[in-house]
Amino acid sequence: MDALNQLPLNIAATIRSLFGDSHSIWADLTMNVINIILVIVLIVLAALILILLERKIAGWTSQRPGPNRLGPHGWFQTIADALKLLGKEDVTPAGADKFIFKIAPMILFALPMMTLAVIPYGKGMSPIDLDLGIVYFLAISAVSTLSLLMAGWSSNNKYSMLGGMRAVAQMISYEIPLIFSLLGVVMITQTFSLSKIVEAQSTVPFVVLQPLAFVIYLIAGIAEVNRAPFDLVEADQEVVAGPFTEYTGLRWGLFFLGEYGNMTAVAALTTTVFLGGWQGPAILPGYAWFFLKVGIIIFFQMWVRWTFPRIRIDHLMGLAWKVLLPLSILNILLTGLGIYIYDLVLRIGG
Amino acid sequence: MSNNFAAVGILLIFAIALPVIMMLMPKILAPNKPHKEKLTTYECGNETIGRTWIGFKSNYFLYALVFTAFDVETVFLYPWALTFRKLGTFAFVEMFIFIVILLVGFWYAWKEGALEWM
Repeated sequence: MDALNQLPLNIAATIRSLFGDSHSIWADLTMNVINIILVIVLIVLAALILILLERKIAGWTSQRPGPNRLGPHGWFQTIADALKLLGKEDVTPAGADKFIFKIAPMILFALPMMTLAVIPYGKGMSPIDLDLGIVYFLAISAVSTLSLLMAGWSSNNKYSMLGGMRAVAQMISYEIPLIFSLLGVVMITQTFSLSKIVEAQSTVPFVVLQPLAFVIYLIAGIAEVNRAPFDLVEADQEVVAGPFTEYTGLRWGLFFLGEYGNMTAVAALTTTVFLGGWQGPAILPGYAWFFLKVGIIIFFQMWVRWTFPRIRIDHLMGLAWKVLLPLSILNILLTGLGIYIYDLVLRIGG
Repeated sequence: MSNNFAAVGILLIFAIALPVIMMLMPKILAPNKPHKEKLTTYECGNETIGRTWIGFKSNYFLYALVFTAFDVETVFLYPWALTFRKLGTFAFVEMFIFIVILLVGFWYAWKEGALEWM
């Protein structure tokens, strides 16, 4: 098991040893590029699998088969869909603000790439190990608001405009509880580095110490990626497809990839910060534990999506500002008090 | 540390380049036959009336204002959270005074109805 656990690190060391000096700048550069390509492969694979899984779970919850024609049990359905998207015409409406219209989906697609690259997938297996991990993650994922606003505004379509405005209102509202809920963990661990946060959870995962923050993060995370019951942005019955109304072909596909990538990124951060990341009993290698936990969180998000009806927009904003925000501030106060008393007892006792 | 941010720079180049390369694929594979009707704004088959880019309701602006206040607060809170165990009682009490001042502002916004969706 140990050999399997160390396998990715050993492969990396082998690639490095191909260079004369295994820590020269070229070795570092090659490793970086390989890591980045692995992250890209991860996002595309995750999107392909998750789209199929989502449709299967949707079918399962509403007692119908879901996609079941193409390949065994319909497993090749998303591959066929992706190929079809490649061959579809890329239409830019005549009234649109063309440049912004074209780059909006590209931005949304680039974000999960940037965020997933700092997640520790195993012991010493961060593609990029940043000291400022959490801050970097939050800063990058906040840009997705901008992408949806750009798409909504530039389409010159009233549905898109409404969707874009809703996206901004919803995402900035839920961003505050999201950021505050992670603060408690930073207060305990005294570090921004994601790999150090995972190491601090070797005895007990932070979901035990920060249950309130975990629930707040889970709810705000679902709202942040605009999934039901918080999918006011793309509510089909009200605003057609929100900011995505005018998009076609692969440009729309980029939005789709970006949405599923963001969902994976939120689940990955939940796992890293609250569920102990790659830590787990030694029956499975660390990265397997990591992906298992991410899978459970994603399954939970899908389950919620297909179980609860969409909530009203005033309830949505009320939940963020009048429930989650006061609760997250309370969590900071309680955590601060707890740590203060803990340190005081240690000082008196030791 | 600086090395890691160099890696982020490489990542940024990839993140910009990949979608651009991906968007070149439909240029080769997909048909491109623009037509006047096809390029009109989608509105369930109706002709669209009036402009889309108009002033929007001020509710959104109020939320944005409150958001800005709290977003700036996080800029203060994160460094504080990082070091507050080392700084001791003084920093602990001081930050709570800071949070209380913000909560007073929050309470005022709530009382004035800025958080009500109309």
